[in-house]
Amino acid sequence: MLILSRKKDESIIIGDDVEVSVVDIKGDQVKLGIKAPRDIKVYRQEVFTEIQRENLAASKTGTKLPEIELLQQKKKQSE
Amino acid sequence: MKVNTKPYGLIEIDERQHIHFPAGILGFENLRDYVLLDALQQPFYWLQSMDVHEIAFVLIEPNIFRPDYQPDVSPLELEEIELSPEDKENSLIFSIVTIPENQEEMTANLQGPIILNRKLHIARQCISENDKWKTRHKIMEELSNIRNSVC
Repeated sequence: MLILSRKKDESIIIGDDVEVSVVDIKGDQVKLGIKAPRDIKVYRQEVFTEIQRENLAASKTGTKLPEIELLQQKKKQSE
Repeated sequence: MKVNTKPYGLIEIDERQHIHFPAGILGFENLRDYVLLDALQQPFYWLQSMDVHEIAFVLIEPNIFRPDYQPDVSPLELEEIELSPEDKENSLIFSIVTIPENQEEMTANLQGPIILNRKLHIARQCISENDKWKTRHKIMEELSNIRNSVC
């Protein structure tokens, strides 16, 4: 992994058109600004990890599903 | 065509039930082809991998227990499956359900909705940009909230 030191208001360029700058540093929190073309998607990494983990848990669901038909009827009544 | 399914064994599937995930599902990126089946138990569906018979996800339509649910995903993600935010008619929204041993505790993932282009039969697991939606919404609790608010 490439490791670079940056101070507040400094930035790095990735590829031709992505710029990541350090906007602010407070204690253990760094605020980053990301300038990228609109077709580049940017996410917090932990959201990805969390969804991956949940998908893995969901894939282990057994084949016996609960019966909640009754609740659907409740829903229809409420409409 | 015949598909070997985790819940029902080898069954005949209509071509129209085939759903392609160009980017797979997070954590299962190599599996791109699934079939969507109605589960015997309403209101669930099965999303069965065509490649690995042990991999099948239980899906639910989130509006059943969260009528206020809007996935709030980036238009860029929708573009990947040739949808636009306005194109509600062609999009179907599902949540993946996790069912633990105590089934009352089952949860739905509203942060990573499965959005399906029903016309093109392609789908994607998107990421909601709204912090309100988490990976584990307790379905039974949400349902009883609805009932309480109706009463």
